[in-house]
Amino acid sequence: MGCSSKDGQCKNSCATAAPTDDIQLFKKQERIYPKKVKGKFRTIKWVLMVLCLAFYYLAPFIRWDRGPNAPDQAILIDLVKGRAYWFWFEIWPQEVYILTGILVVAAIALFFVTSLFGRVWCGFFCFQTVWTDLFVWVERMIQGDSFQRKKLHEGPWTVAKIFKLGATYLSWFLISWATAGSFVLYFNDAPTLVRSFFEFNVSTTVLAFIIGLTTSTYILAGFAREQVCTYMCPYARFQSAMFDKDTLIISYDQKRGEPRGKHKKGADWSGLGDCVDCTACVQVCPTGIDIRDGLQMECIACGLCIDACDEVMDKVGLPRGLIAYHTERYFDERTTEKKEKFKFIRPRTIYYAVILTVVSTVMLSALIGRSPLELAVLHDRNPLFVKLSNGNIRNGYDIKILNKTHDHRHYTLSVDGIENADIRLNSAGDVPINQIYVEADSVGHYKVFVESKIEPQEPFDIKFYLKDNETGEQVKHETMFITKRIEK
Amino acid sequence: MTDEHRKVEVDEISGVNTTGHEWDGLKELNNPLPRWWVWVFVACCIWGAWYWVIYPSWPIPGGATKGTSGYTQYDELKASQAEIIKRQEAYLDKFDKSSFEDVMKDPELYSFAVAGGSAAFKDNCATCHGTGAEGGKGYPNLNDDDWLWGGTINDIYTTISYGIRSGHEEARSSQMPAFGKDSILKKEEIEQVVDYVLGLSEGKSNEAMPGYAIFQSNCASCHGADAKGGRDFGAPNLSDAIWLYGGTKDEVTNTVYNAHAGVMPTWQARLGDSTVRQLAIYVHQLGGGEKDETKSVQTGVQSPVESPVQVSE
Repeated sequence: MGCSSKDGQCKNSCATAAPTDDIQLFKKQERIYPKKVKGKFRTIKWVLMVLCLAFYYLAPFIRWDRGPNAPDQAILIDLVKGRAYWFWFEIWPQEVYILTGILVVAAIALFFVTSLFGRVWCGFFCFQTVWTDLFVWVERMIQGDSFQRKKLHEGPWTVAKIFKLGATYLSWFLISWATAGSFVLYFNDAPTLVRSFFEFNVSTTVLAFIIGLTTSTYILAGFAREQVCTYMCPYARFQSAMFDKDTLIISYDQKRGEPRGKHKKGADWSGLGDCVDCTACVQVCPTGIDIRDGLQMECIACGLCIDACDEVMDKVGLPRGLIAYHTERYFDERTTEKKEKFKFIRPRTIYYAVILTVVSTVMLSALIGRSPLELAVLHDRNPLFVKLSNGNIRNGYDIKILNKTHDHRHYTLSVDGIENADIRLNSAGDVPINQIYVEADSVGHYKVFVESKIEPQEPFDIKFYLKDNETGEQVKHETMFITKRIEK
Repeated sequence: MTDEHRKVEVDEISGVNTTGHEWDGLKELNNPLPRWWVWVFVACCIWGAWYWVIYPSWPIPGGATKGTSGYTQYDELKASQAEIIKRQEAYLDKFDKSSFEDVMKDPELYSFAVAGGSAAFKDNCATCHGTGAEGGKGYPNLNDDDWLWGGTINDIYTTISYGIRSGHEEARSSQMPAFGKDSILKKEEIEQVVDYVLGLSEGKSNEAMPGYAIFQSNCASCHGADAKGGRDFGAPNLSDAIWLYGGTKDEVTNTVYNAHAGVMPTWQARLGDSTVRQLAIYVHQLGGGEKDETKSVQTGVQSPVESPVQVSE
């Protein structure tokens, strides 16, 4: 982190403790114009960017047949009805723990991947990275490469400048708008919403979300860029806690590179390191750092400096890998030129792998073993019991039947754990207890009375059973039967 | 001093500038904040000031500054209430036009009526009958199947509408004589009849008991020869397990000696017919509600009476 006094760049300033300029308590954002680069990592980034964006923009339009009583959108979060759909899976609000589980799995997966491969999430998958990359690409298409962009921005206002900047900002705006629009599609039926959008007939909520997200995308990907990673993002900070000496990182090979310096073709290499100080790595960096200063918090591990350096090494006729994706142990402790193997199995990665496996198994079995039928029984609190004129005791219960299937169903209710019990449903019309009807994908709410000729005694447990008349599937819910006032 | 503090010095170990502040050899490093952060701070301040102007914010004697927008949560409440009332109207209209029978068959209207009745019950009836309608001594439990004046939906509706001994001309009314206080029966006779009555619900009484004759000549006219009560005059069933004024010997003796006559107000004028109907449905579904066609079977009133002596429990 930061600037180490060992390397050349810092040497001058570090050695002298002499007073220089006025103290700056606030730092102005320095505009970064990352240069175009070609290479392995850039190709990976292009491919991933296209895949991620294509998924994001198109996924809401994927259809998924769930029958007539459920939406046919593959990925949908229906906030009004309280349902979330993801291809085969569907969850109800009371199953939100599954969502929690997914977040837990995601967090552990991030730890696991980070401890093995460094900040790959930051460099390749993060929304901030992907959209910034897209915005920079647009910028370059319109304004040209790094140098031209810098010249244009710092130069005087001309017609060409107004036109180019205007075109850039307009394109950014359109992308931001599409991004925001796609986001709300995940919460509504996509084709319907698109149509109503073009008919100027969308709710204020949808409009507010579109305006808010268009603004945030425009600002974050257009202007804030690396500031987000450096100053706003918590992950950037705590991911370094998952690093150890065997974590793959993007690093400059100091042993090989120093002392750095310009080198003329054909001249002697003696006394010089392999780094020709061309600053190609600095010019392509999207966060504007010098990787040669060592591992830094600002580094998002995108690997573009590796591509840039490799290109230069090819030109000067030296082996690639002066900046490489390797472990700290390799850079610091390697003795031979032989490539050392990655040490994947370490206590840290074992812990993460074990936790990840356990949590994923639990979550997956919860999802797969999800019952399409649930019964919830709540004993009346007031009155706790009712004595009837023939001396019988009656208890009242609120029951909720969660029919998670996409078909209308009939159920049979029974009770166990109490002798000679008479069960009766209290509802509109006369619903017999073996023909309790619940509509598809909804909750049936009924009042149930259980009556029995029973001597007053301590409260005891009883069980309600609910059977699906069609499938025979049965669920139960435990509750209690109260026969007398509990004296203190 | 100040001049020295304005000079930039670089810390040798970290390579970071210091602020020039030093305490016993420890120097404060300067990792500057981004400048836009300051602008965000300024923007928040401006927003804060704007908020003070637009919304009620500063406490002043007698309330708070009003704010130029005139915003108040009372208006919001009024608006939400208006919206709720508007939404209810659609149901209410349908509900008012439907008979009890139709409402009981329609799940939507039924839920609407039960919800409305539940709210009205807690506001108006819970004072005496309790929030769970479980009643208390002298206040009937509305959850059970023991009804003084009938448990069909129409019976309940009439009771709620006009009340009991409420002074309304349609009110349900009856009076049990104070057998002891008014010297109708002697002390021993009261004791005998109480023994007989208490034995009824336990199945121990028989015609050989001295209380039997006393009961037949004094009580049966209202409570029935079999003591199962008479709903036409609110005479409770004395052979069941439920005692409105208590079922111990002392309590029953007290009832016979002094007589009780509970009062329930008329609600028709105060709540309006629609709410009374909702209340009737709510009370009916608490668990003891009776069906119209089963009325005669269940009540078993033998109506033996010309009516002079009327009874409450």
